[in-house]
Amino acid sequence: MISLWRDMNGRGQVAVALAFLVLLFAPVAATRYLLSVLTLILYFVYVGQAWNLMMGYAGQLSLGHALYVGLGGYISAALWVHFGIGPWLGVVPSVAIAAAFGAAIGWLGFRFGIEGVYFSLLTIAFAEFTRIGFDHIGFVGGAGGLFIPYEESRLGEWWNLRGSQVFFYYLAFGMAVLAVLLTALLARSRLGYQWLAIREDETAARALGIDVFRAKMKAVLISSSMTAVGGVFYAFYYNSLFPAQLFDMSRSIELILGPIVGGTGTVFGPVIGAFVLTPLGEILIAVTEKAGINAPGAKAIFFGLILMAIIYLVPTGVWPWLSQRLGFARRRS
Amino acid sequence: MLSIWLNVVVQGILTGLLYGLMALGLSVIFGVVRLVNFAHGEFAVVAMYAAFVLFRAFGLDPLIAMLPIALAFFVVGFALQRTLINAFVGRPEHEQFILLVGVAIVLVNAVLIVFGPDAQPANLPYAFDSYMIGPLLVDKVRVYAAVAALAVCAALFGFFRFTRTGTAIRACADNLVGAAVVGLDVRKLYAITFGIGLACVGAAGSLMITIADAVPSLGPAYTLLAFTIVIIGGLGSMAGALVAGLLIGVSEALAGFLIAPSMKSMFSFALLVAVLVLRPQGLLGKKPA
Repeated sequence: MISLWRDMNGRGQVAVALAFLVLLFAPVAATRYLLSVLTLILYFVYVGQAWNLMMGYAGQLSLGHALYVGLGGYISAALWVHFGIGPWLGVVPSVAIAAAFGAAIGWLGFRFGIEGVYFSLLTIAFAEFTRIGFDHIGFVGGAGGLFIPYEESRLGEWWNLRGSQVFFYYLAFGMAVLAVLLTALLARSRLGYQWLAIREDETAARALGIDVFRAKMKAVLISSSMTAVGGVFYAFYYNSLFPAQLFDMSRSIELILGPIVGGTGTVFGPVIGAFVLTPLGEILIAVTEKAGINAPGAKAIFFGLILMAIIYLVPTGVWPWLSQRLGFARRRS
Repeated sequence: MLSIWLNVVVQGILTGLLYGLMALGLSVIFGVVRLVNFAHGEFAVVAMYAAFVLFRAFGLDPLIAMLPIALAFFVVGFALQRTLINAFVGRPEHEQFILLVGVAIVLVNAVLIVFGPDAQPANLPYAFDSYMIGPLLVDKVRVYAAVAALAVCAALFGFFRFTRTGTAIRACADNLVGAAVVGLDVRKLYAITFGIGLACVGAAGSLMITIADAVPSLGPAYTLLAFTIVIIGGLGSMAGALVAGLLIGVSEALAGFLIAPSMKSMFSFALLVAVLVLRPQGLLGKKPA
């Protein structure tokens, strides 16, 4: 963490400190709507960072991260709705089960040498499989969805994740900050360097004596566990869960767009990506509504075009380009 | 009792041939250009709507409309490869993925805006006719569509085996450097290949409208389906794509009949995982050297 701070020059440090302070005091001035957008952004920073650890650092392209969001959300919500077990406790089995799924995918993939596109397809297959499965599990509402009831009397129970918009904002803020710090920490750890070695050249990494299987498994386990916590947040923030919404492939894609646009394998890439894409989506909705285009697909089309443009023009992501432009990066030897 | 089973299996085989044709397009692109076409299913859906419009507006039977649609898709594919996609050949997979996800999003939402989210049935005049063959009751449309799909596949096999261009494309797939050394215009061949891949999916989509209603949300589902089939069949193996298409068609039909239609793709994914683990090169794929 300290090394992350030291790696930035004065300008970068000021910018990060300013951004932190603005976000810390945002609820003082922000409207409810703005706060909800910021909460969404911070949520995407968090889950994007979780995915970034696996793809950006360890080089394993998962296209099924919605699986972990869905499992985390569903398990914690079901425990709360059916047994009254609060999310602070429910998060433990949620993370454990999501990590078990991650371990199963990782084990299958890494043990049997399923790589590249094949591995990505394996992750999609698991997510889709689980989606269809949840459609048919009556205990969690099946395709009809699972709902966390709104109870006026419980509103102040922050320990049960029942609270106001401001509460959820700070929760998302805390999670995002922790995720960024964890990424910075891991990036400079022994494990982080092993990941980079594997990402760049797996054979060479193995030749250097790195236990490739172990390092990749750790990446999947950390990433899936983190993402599951994001799922718990999602469940208690939105209070309604549908398999088609949580496990869908479009959800996995939505989750990874931020880090890809921002720059994978960087600490601030997922942050910038989320701060670019989410407001862009909101602006597009507002503009299409203003223009009187009542077409549900118009926003998505713009989105698709912007994606194509970004990947065409700045394939390594916006952050590396931006930090150089703004002179944030300390010159490396 | 046996006859019901037989009916289900035959129906699965007939549908599977269409799946196979669609997957064949993906396999050709994937095998030669080494590009992950994550917009494949979306192209299939666009073809479905094209056939739907041609039928509704001009009464053109999808079995005939298939030809102009495939031709148009070839041109689109050729142009797309020449302009946009060529820059992404050899780039990391996740970059190709994002580009084509962008294409997919644009396609599926354009269809959504033009036609709306509701299912559009083609309502062919002979949709409910069927053949009686002993205990078998087979829908005429499915037979026609399957025969047409087989014909397109045969034409494609012939093209790759017997024409100079086809041979040149196979050379690119087998040994890119060697192909470039002997003076093949790889860029142009890639564009032709991408065009052929999209022509396959155009033909498959046109045929698909005879047995399924057009819905925008089919796009991502067909993309996944095509990828599942290609990987089960074996990457770069054209026969593999067809065999795996049949396999998935039958497995879907059986799962829909025995358990629930909504759970049919679970079995496809289970098959996929089994193949990835037991035989990662796919059923008919060559073992990596």
